[in-house]
Amino acid sequence: MLLAPVIIFFLVKSAIHNISSGGTKDINQPVPWIIIITIFTPIAIGLMIFGYYALKGEYDKLPESSEQI
Amino acid sequence: MAASEKGIGKIIFSSSLGTLIEWYDFYIFGMLAKTISVQFFPEGNSTAALLSTLAIFAAGFLVRPFGALVFGRLGDLVGRKYTFLLTLVLMGGSTFLIGLVPGYKTIGIAAPLLVLLLRLIQGLALGGEYGGAATYVAEHAPVNRRGYFTAWIQTTATLGLFVALGIILLVKTNMSDAAFTAEWGGWRYPFWISILLVGVSIYIRLKMSESPLYTALKKEGKTSVNPLKESFGHKTNFKMVLLALFGAVMGQGVIWYTGQFYAQSFLENAVKIEFMQNREILLWAIGLATPFFLFFGWLSDKVGRKWIMLIGMLLGVVFYRPIFGTFLKEANAKKWKTEAVRMAKPNVNSTTIRIDTVENTDRLLSYTVQHSKTDWQLMDGRKFSITSADTVPMYQFKSFIKIDTKPVYSNIVLSTPLKWKFVFLVWVMIIFVTMAYGPIAAFLVELFPTKIRYTSMSLPYHIGNGVFGGLVPFIATLLSTTFIKDPLVGLWYPIGVAALCFIIGALYLTNKIDKEVND
Repeated sequence: MLLAPVIIFFLVKSAIHNISSGGTKDINQPVPWIIIITIFTPIAIGLMIFGYYALKGEYDKLPESSEQI
Repeated sequence: MAASEKGIGKIIFSSSLGTLIEWYDFYIFGMLAKTISVQFFPEGNSTAALLSTLAIFAAGFLVRPFGALVFGRLGDLVGRKYTFLLTLVLMGGSTFLIGLVPGYKTIGIAAPLLVLLLRLIQGLALGGEYGGAATYVAEHAPVNRRGYFTAWIQTTATLGLFVALGIILLVKTNMSDAAFTAEWGGWRYPFWISILLVGVSIYIRLKMSESPLYTALKKEGKTSVNPLKESFGHKTNFKMVLLALFGAVMGQGVIWYTGQFYAQSFLENAVKIEFMQNREILLWAIGLATPFFLFFGWLSDKVGRKWIMLIGMLLGVVFYRPIFGTFLKEANAKKWKTEAVRMAKPNVNSTTIRIDTVENTDRLLSYTVQHSKTDWQLMDGRKFSITSADTVPMYQFKSFIKIDTKPVYSNIVLSTPLKWKFVFLVWVMIIFVTMAYGPIAAFLVELFPTKIRYTSMSLPYHIGNGVFGGLVPFIATLLSTTFIKDPLVGLWYPIGVAALCFIIGALYLTNKIDKEVND
């Protein structure tokens, strides 16, 4: 659960640190960072929800058939 | 519901052929990126550079998962057959059209705009194809052979890479570099060839019938009305989507990307292996490893899917650093040079590349810099080049002039035994891929009910492969720029993701094979 905010913090911090007008690599351009942070934020929220469910023990017993889904 | 042995053969062939062609179409753009950027995204034009970055990043990261949602929904609403027929038409059509777009020199900014649009359509189509093909085959397969039959679909991503590499090499070796890179040159042929492949595949797919499970569901009026809501809005199913992503596909994605793509780019850019030998190593490794997708798919029918996939990830976690470290250690041209000078009689050939006259800003000091290249060949077949720059000899102010005289080693050609050692090591990494990837289609199909299967399995698959896997080179560059002392630091990203996925999978996945996918 805690990993998700850490990932977002790390991504934003790295973006601020690496984006520079003089750089030529992809990590120096703002566009890849905007795309990656946009797509990674919901994934990280998903990881947080997964951690929450796991802590609540909701994965201890998985559905046996599709009727239970 | 399962098809006969002959019938399932036809189903696998027609599904796999189309998926293979889609992968081929998607890869050739990446493999020809250098040439494409010269033709469509010239340096010095900031708009073209922006469009180029979008073409690379948006197609893989944003559009693939989006395509999974769009076509997944369609596949659950109108059926598998017509949906993955549509993705094939979109993919083949856009690939062919990329090959027809005139260069930047001819139509200006319209060229990169058109290419970006077509590339986005490619990403969208790829997002919809895989889930459809895997679902279609699995819904025809007998219970005890689902892993084996869907493993044929799993071979297509690797075989698509193999075919793309093969066709590009074939075209390239049959013409001069200038003819290949010209505006209407040979680099366009692989794009044009696509239309033939897609034509054949569409013809075959049109003859296929709808999945029997889906047809039965439709007859009973039990198909989903809103697959997106049922997949991600209902907590019980959403929980399974999250488990599929974080407990299986996320790790599989990084293992897949590291073994097949990062290895190739590492050998080319960090180890500096010569272009053709690098491709040869990859072709051999892929060719020899591909049957193992089928083996592990088959094995998963006997012993369950979970541990085969997780062991594949664990092996990557344990062996990536030693394997990549061996590449750097064994192809050390600097060491070869010392060896050559001390022991053998190398064949050394020096040429001057260019001579620059550099003027200082105050014009009081002007000097000449000579850029030279030395090709070395050792007795056992090893070759390498050294390029270096230096001021023309004995310039009196040499100590005041700062130029980078550090020699750069490149074009490394391995001796035959060493080449085979590298083939073996890349093969080992692709074996990890076959373990993690071979059984995953059957695993995903069994996790979700028929009525929302296409939607539910497509999204985690494309997030795992497109986002987690596709980020390997970007994060590797980020890490190597931050921690410059360790040349293998980029590997911590796939190792970390695969390790996390292994732990989650080991704790929460079940190894039980779901016999009933008819529900």
